[in-house]
Amino acid sequence: MASSADGAKTASQYIEHHLQNHQVCIGPEGVLWSTEANPIACSGNFWALNIDSMFWTVVLGVTFCALFLKVAKSMTLENPGKLQAFVEVVYDFVATSVRETFHGDSKLIAPLALTIVCWIFLMNLMDLVPVDLIPEIAILLGIPYMKVVPSTDVNITFGLSLSIFALILFYSFKNKGAGGFIVGELMMNPLNPKELGMPKVFWPFVMAFNFVLELVALLAKPLSLSLRLFGNMYAGELMFILIALLFGSILISAIGPVFGVIGVILHIAWAIFHILVVTLQAYIFMMLTIVYLSQAHESH
Amino acid sequence: MDINSTLLGQMIAFGLFVWFCKAYVWPLIMEVIEERQTIIADGLAAASKGSRALEEAEQERVVIVDAARGQAREIVDQANGRGTSIVDEARVAAESERERILASAKAEVEQEVNRAREELRGQVGSIAIAGAEKIIAKEIDASAHKELLDNLAAQI
Repeated sequence: MASSADGAKTASQYIEHHLQNHQVCIGPEGVLWSTEANPIACSGNFWALNIDSMFWTVVLGVTFCALFLKVAKSMTLENPGKLQAFVEVVYDFVATSVRETFHGDSKLIAPLALTIVCWIFLMNLMDLVPVDLIPEIAILLGIPYMKVVPSTDVNITFGLSLSIFALILFYSFKNKGAGGFIVGELMMNPLNPKELGMPKVFWPFVMAFNFVLELVALLAKPLSLSLRLFGNMYAGELMFILIALLFGSILISAIGPVFGVIGVILHIAWAIFHILVVTLQAYIFMMLTIVYLSQAHESH
Repeated sequence: MDINSTLLGQMIAFGLFVWFCKAYVWPLIMEVIEERQTIIADGLAAASKGSRALEEAEQERVVIVDAARGQAREIVDQANGRGTSIVDEARVAAESERERILASAKAEVEQEVNRAREELRGQVGSIAIAGAEKIIAKEIDASAHKELLDNLAAQI
């Protein structure tokens, strides 16, 4: 359990503390930061920035870029080192996934997929850092709130999925044209009035019906993409927080040590299981991105 | 949990990282890996070409060895035949040489015999004359009876 200065946090305070972003915004009285006294100073302000999420997401992105750039610059044809071999395995994995799934011709999609899978993997991996470690260090440094797993922040996951949604729209319009995309794809499916041989009079109704269905399907893409990642990581993080609460019981009850032992076992079990979730969610996000962009390149 | 400008920040960061990856990271890795793939593909092609060449060489070897074997057999046969004929020729030559030597030896012997006979005849003639001279020295004139004596010597 977080042992802050007074050491007397309730379980719900502990959980709330862990789920609170450290925010900054420009309020009427100038720059506002979240404080322990007022953690939600920036609540409701769209221009608030989750400074912890932003920090970690950029740090992890830079880590990915720096690592891959370093390896890419020192790539040797013969006798590759272990790090290069690792990078090549990742490259090969992404390149194969793209080649098998994406049938269009795009120079963007493969590096995009590589960035997504590595970046999200690193973000998710932050979940395996002990839940209290970085926040406690941050408190020592005078930062009251620190959420270290960027993918447990909806802003981050929506930032990714909306960018991809923008790419879906861009490629759909580019490859199918405005008519081909809006009319051909969104209005003539799934009920195609032409193929069903309907009289022209009914076409507008069928097309309007199709449009509603297809629009929902289209909007569900970014929504499901981001909420799937967010939900999995948020739930995982919450599990770690709850397990961490068991450790706290060591101090406050007679049968505390029993909880402590159970906590250790649960923590190990959940962490091992979470390795799978971390990898799987990064993979799913990448694959679905490739699939969606592939669909945006293909005409029916 | 509320949506705020972190969303925009993340989109910008995402764009930058993807751009960076596309511009600087991906092409470098791709270049090396594709080059290696080419090298490996070339190597495999060369290997299969080599094994095909080996197969062809093997077939060629069989043909060449067969031909050589045939040729060798022919040469041996020829040599055998030639050896036999040389031995035969030598035998014939030796035979004729033997006969020639034998003949010449015979002739020489005959000549020797003849010469010895002539000599003997002459000596017998002179011995006879000398004997006769001694016996009839007084009444017979050697010059008067020379013709008679020569006839006698020729008849011996």
